[in-house]
Amino acid sequence: MSIHISIDKDVCIGAGQCALTAPGVFTQDDDGFSELLPGREDGGGDPMVREAARACPVGAITVSEA
Amino acid sequence: MTEPLTTEPPTTEPIAFPQDRTCPYHPPTAYDPLREARPLSRISLFDGRAVWVVTGHATARELLADPRLSSDRTLPAFPAPTERFAAVRNRRVALLGLDDPEHHTQRRMLVPSFTVKRVATLRPRIQETVDRLLDRMAEHGPPADLVDAFALPVPSMVICALLGVPYADHDFFEEKSRKLLRGPTAADIENARDELDAYFDALIERRQREPGNGLLDELIHDQLREGTVDREELISLATILLVAGHETTANMISLGTFTLLRHPEQLAELRAEPTLMPAAVEELLRFLSIADGLLRVATEDIEVAGKTIHADEGVIFSTSVINRDGHTFPEPDALDWHRSARQHIAFGFGIHQCLGQNLARAEMEIALLSLFDRFPGLRLAAPVDDIPFKPGDTIQGMLELPVTW
Repeated sequence: MSIHISIDKDVCIGAGQCALTAPGVFTQDDDGFSELLPGREDGGGDPMVREAARACPVGAITVSEA
Repeated sequence: MTEPLTTEPPTTEPIAFPQDRTCPYHPPTAYDPLREARPLSRISLFDGRAVWVVTGHATARELLADPRLSSDRTLPAFPAPTERFAAVRNRRVALLGLDDPEHHTQRRMLVPSFTVKRVATLRPRIQETVDRLLDRMAEHGPPADLVDAFALPVPSMVICALLGVPYADHDFFEEKSRKLLRGPTAADIENARDELDAYFDALIERRQREPGNGLLDELIHDQLREGTVDREELISLATILLVAGHETTANMISLGTFTLLRHPEQLAELRAEPTLMPAAVEELLRFLSIADGLLRVATEDIEVAGKTIHADEGVIFSTSVINRDGHTFPEPDALDWHRSARQHIAFGFGIHQCLGQNLARAEMEIALLSLFDRFPGLRLAAPVDDIPFKPGDTIQGMLELPVTW
């Protein structure tokens, strides 16, 4: 089963919890806001993706079954 | 040291909040009834007002992310935990005293300076600072007050370098920060804030003429000059970054060290396996919950956990009780590096979650690891019950930490 990750940049506050929890999938752009690493829209099989979404203090990350 | 008791029956009378801790690293034993009455119960404040206290982890996450709870302390119904807070609440506080959209505008100016990547580039500098202070402790020889010699200067030097504030002024701003947070009187707080305002006003003026390369200079160049912040707002932001940037981390380093010295097994495990340090820092953040009592007021009725929080009711989040919620953290009173502590709310949750948390994590990791590397025989230099710690109505931490090695 594959997944799809989306980030609501308008909601993101740049806490960096996603980049800290799953650094293989998430990073922070130059403004500090959450961004997916290139080619990681499907999570790349990283087991920490859901944990990263849960760590987001504002619920800006949605993980859906694709 | 008293271990927390959970045998008290739940009481119907709201218990007083805040109260002093009985052991510096456990929630006050007086809060035991709150642990029994999760996720939401009532407490009474110094002025006799009863407000909601959130004590369950899932409910706390839900409510801290709810825009119907305001952080605007100038609202008449905003809860005041102390008399001195009540006396100064009409003064606007940048960032943490604002709701969105004003809060978001301020936060996005600061976020680029506190990203995971940016903090990683600061690590060598933090390590140098830590090593220099440890060298100085070694030169002086034992005993030492670890608060004075290490726990306070580490974050103080780091935030100075980041902001572009001269560390030479640290005696001044450390004293003012202490008064801003602990009073004891409302006049102390007012004066401290006036003096910090005047200090930053003068510093900003100097930097407008002779720019440096700190965050303050970036804010002057990118925001003040462009008119996206006014001078008063910039002064308020600078004060908050300076105060929040050193007081909290200093307490985590002092209380973290004390806690490790009181848990020799966990300390030995950490020394044998230094890669556990990031997990240990998360667990210490959860276990110690030094910022206990996040304040909000409801702006609309909110249905939660089978209860109704009405508009204009105060809501206080007891992080120390929330972070010991056994549903999320099994055996919550045990200090355990192997648990999943990441979901703690020691840095808060929602839009106000600590801006400097990644910096704080780096400082704690480097400081604690280097301290015990340098002084493997570090131990307390006074009987444990004689070592003073902070009262319950402020950020928790050690007032002094006499150590020898």
